[in-house]
Amino acid sequence: MIDPYFQLILLRCGVAAIMAVSLNLINGFTGQFSLGHAGFMAIGAYVSAAVSVFLAPHAGEFVTQVWFLIALLSGGIAAGLMGLLVGLPTLRLRGDYLAIATLGFAVIIRVVILNLDVVGGARGMTDIPELSNGYWIFGTLAITVWIINNLVYSIKGYALTAISEDEIATASIGISTTKYKVMAFVVGAFFAGIGGGLYAHLESYLNTNSFTFLRSFEFVAMVVLGGMGSITGSIVAAFILTILPEALRGFDQYRMIIYSLMLIVLMLTRPTGIFGRRELWRWNRGKT
Amino acid sequence: MTLLSIRNLHVHYGAIHAIKGISLDVNEGEIVTLIGSNGAGKTTLLRTISGLLRPSQGTIEYNDDGLKPLHRMKSHEIVRCGVVQSPEGRMIFNTLTVEENLLLGAYSQKDAAKIQESREMVFTLFPRLKERRRQVGGTLSGGEQQMLAIGRALMARPKLLLLDEPSLGIAPALVQQIFTTLRQINKRGVTILLVEQDAYLALETANRGYVLETGKIVNEGAAKELIANPAVQQAYLGMA
Repeated sequence: MIDPYFQLILLRCGVAAIMAVSLNLINGFTGQFSLGHAGFMAIGAYVSAAVSVFLAPHAGEFVTQVWFLIALLSGGIAAGLMGLLVGLPTLRLRGDYLAIATLGFAVIIRVVILNLDVVGGARGMTDIPELSNGYWIFGTLAITVWIINNLVYSIKGYALTAISEDEIATASIGISTTKYKVMAFVVGAFFAGIGGGLYAHLESYLNTNSFTFLRSFEFVAMVVLGGMGSITGSIVAAFILTILPEALRGFDQYRMIIYSLMLIVLMLTRPTGIFGRRELWRWNRGKT
Repeated sequence: MTLLSIRNLHVHYGAIHAIKGISLDVNEGEIVTLIGSNGAGKTTLLRTISGLLRPSQGTIEYNDDGLKPLHRMKSHEIVRCGVVQSPEGRMIFNTLTVEENLLLGAYSQKDAAKIQESREMVFTLFPRLKERRRQVGGTLSGGEQQMLAIGRALMARPKLLLLDEPSLGIAPALVQQIFTTLRQINKRGVTILLVEQDAYLALETANRGYVLETGKIVNEGAAKELIANPAVQQAYLGMA
């Protein structure tokens, strides 16, 4: 059995990977710039935690597991619905405007939760059952990767890539760009909500401080570092960026400086990210 | 039969009045060309026809299976009517392969057999694309990218093909080849509206032409007459 400390870090890596892969669908594959991922994560975390704490019956193991699934899906659906609500008006905006609008959305979500006494407000939400284990987290990661992979490497996914390259050209071949941007946004938000639910049931404690804009930036850093448009890259980067701060604990107060320097050097030497647009399982695509 | 009929069209870019009351017709089976210098409004006109821009006034009507008001329709609906644009500057998708680009071109088509048939047709017209079908778009030469842009538009099975500057930035040998192919495409029953800066090449290819100057049509007629017209010769054909 692995040391519980390593085990926890590994599980956090898995949650981070779900978040990064789902954000890559929006920021990488579709080329939109969302800074609201922490907001969707927060919705998923709080909704699923509320389901577990207030609704789930205290019964046997099987019932508990089924209710955990219900809680996770509720979190994902809530986040996805919010994605639809936010996406419809904001996805007409481009580039930096979209970034600011989604950033604003994430701030609003945090402030709303902060003022909701039922979920603990500023004190945070406690006593969430610790149900997220390796099976749940890595099983969910596998499903997330499978679904998003099938999506982005299908004709619909090529439409997303086309949007990320040139919206006018995409519209000129008869693709409704708004429809596809909203779809990517909603699917991305849904999985962010699921990731949030897993996070809540991993830490067993929620506080709005975990969902500030810095958290959104962390996920953006993972997507960019791994490669915009590479699922493999997002997973690898999520592991690196979650493990690195822990691995550097020995350096004490210099830890974050080293972490930041490594990020800067990596981006300078490899601006397309570690994997660019490649996948381990589609390595030779477009090279023959 | 008149396939496309534009009446008194005005288009604004914010405060800029780019198109000032254009009327023109395209008949079924024709190649019609729009010539004019930079900033005359040629690209603006094509983009308005394909729904990427909204006119501030005037009508664009397309007559195939009933009259359709294109000026009130969205770009993806217009493609489904059979009016397809191959945009200026090629605008192919660099990170997708040739085949994926073509497949996306057929996005509006639902019938798999027809998509396959279009694909074969594109590969017959442009054998070079078949050789390069697994290569990503960004690694093609300029001429090959133009072939891909035209091929991608053909995948939507257009009745009216809108071509924006197919000779732009392409090696002369390939330009000839592309224009020869355009005539073949036309013979297969596709009507073509061609925007081109190389006026001589365009008028040689087309049946009729319109000359655009700062958003207005200043001359029109059969392509042969326009080539012989002294004013056109002086302004666009480099003859004194």
